Amino acid sequence: MGLRGDACIVGIAERAAERKFTGTPTLTLEQWAALAADALADAGIASSDVDGLVCAGDVVEASLFVPATIAEYCGWSVNFAERIDLGGATAVGMVWRAAAAIELGLCEVVVCATVGQPRPPRPESPARPRVFDPRVMYGASSMEWGSPQAEFDVPYGNVAQNCGYAMYAQRYHDLYGWDERARAKIAADQRVSACANPSAVFHGQPITVDDVLASRVIATPLHLLEIVMPCSGGAAFVVTTAARARDLAHRPVTVAGFGERLTHKTPTYAAEMPRTPVRDAAARAFGAAGITPRDVDMVQLYDCYTITALLTIEDSGFCGAGEGMAFVAEHDLSYRGDFPCNTHGGQLGMGQTGLSGGTSHVIEGVRQVQGRAGDRQLARHDVAYVTGTGGVMSEQAAVVLTGA
Amino acid sequence: MTVPDAPASLSKPRPEPTPVSQPFWDALRDGRVELQRCDDCGRWVHYPRSRCPACLSDRLTWTPVDGTGVVYTFTVAEQPTAPPFADEVPQLLAIVELTEGVRVSTTLVDVDPGAIAIGMPVTPVFDHGADGLTLLRFRPEG
Repeated sequence: MGLRGDACIVGIAERAAERKFTGTPTLTLEQWAALAADALADAGIASSDVDGLVCAGDVVEASLFVPATIAEYCGWSVNFAERIDLGGATAVGMVWRAAAAIELGLCEVVVCATVGQPRPPRPESPARPRVFDPRVMYGASSMEWGSPQAEFDVPYGNVAQNCGYAMYAQRYHDLYGWDERARAKIAADQRVSACANPSAVFHGQPITVDDVLASRVIATPLHLLEIVMPCSGGAAFVVTTAARARDLAHRPVTVAGFGERLTHKTPTYAAEMPRTPVRDAAARAFGAAGITPRDVDMVQLYDCYTITALLTIEDSGFCGAGEGMAFVAEHDLSYRGDFPCNTHGGQLGMGQTGLSGGTSHVIEGVRQVQGRAGDRQLARHDVAYVTGTGGVMSEQAAVVLTGA
Repeated sequence: MTVPDAPASLSKPRPEPTPVSQPFWDALRDGRVELQRCDDCGRWVHYPRSRCPACLSDRLTWTPVDGTGVVYTFTVAEQPTAPPFADEVPQLLAIVELTEGVRVSTTLVDVDPGAIAIGMPVTPVFDHGADGLTLLRFRPEG
């Protein structure tokens, strides 16, 4: 079961993460088209060859018929179009869906993109008063009538992401011990890598374990420096056939295996907190690729919070349940270290560029495997393990990327 | 993201019952906890549903329970989880596992934040609102 390894990522594009956007605001459709153009140029593939696209929920000029709107805008006719609704797991979900569509013979060139830069201000119009968007106050939590979350969780203040991840961390430490320095070390080690990534929002700003633990507590036990900084950004990648990839500029990056698992929306209803769905996704991804966790040269793990990365290290099989704290203490997670984890700084070091924060892990995996990571390039860079996490440990996806 | 107009007020979001969930809220208003139980597989169900999440049976029966449970996990939010909850900081957010095995989102009351612990036994507190809705909160047992 799984992929044959006949689909490859061959081109990437990524915008720098910025706390305060310095460019010219554009519509999200315009951002999508610009990212697609850059990723296709990077791959050396003409726009006229595109016959597949995968988008996400971040294109806001249309609420329905979004893939068709993008195809029309970019001038493409496509045989495969998807809109992924997996939050932070969206990008990894894009990778395997595009690869699977290519291996099924549906299409040959698939563009996947996530946007995340501000739009220009809409001209004032008395005929169209602006309405309050509850997502601004309540994050990704649903406020719709009939939504279980709106009825049974939000009225208690159990809303947005911080409290859910904090509850995971609380239960994790209650079960396995209270080494908080391990969580802090994830943020500090990744900051070393961010300092080697000019596109990272925290480039040039190293931190220590003590800095992390001295930052203010947002929701016990999580500190400010264990939580991602929202930023602007955007990223895209191009997937094509292995046959076509052989003639292109960069080293083809094969999608060798994948897994995906969804188990709940709100952690209150998670079956076995603090265990996470990536346990199943990882086993499937490694199994399909025919490798074990020991065989990877790097990991690019979704890290909206330190606890997310810690649980992902454990549940992906790099160590056992409850052993992650010791594992982190014993390894250097920076790009210079013996367990390179989030070599772009992760989202903790680079900034969370909306859904593109999840895409940043895919982009960095590709960049490293292709040998294009500049100052932070790893010496061994043939096998990357990349994960995405949506909701509050609700939905996770994993892929194994290998250099052809 | 565009910056929207500020909302008219920062009133707290309140539950909006549905035809299926109404008995749950009616019971809370009367100071009782009732849960659905599946007639076919015996599974206790929360939140209220039209179908059992273990077997998808539609034979669910509202059943009174005593509302006791234990803290499954919790967090003390020092920064409001959303602006309308600023007056509750520190928010004592918890997931309580009821004796029947189902879990509920809630907040803890009448407890020192530093004394909250996973596994702590709790009993229900019926927080009656002026809008006729009652939220199910919990306090330490005894």
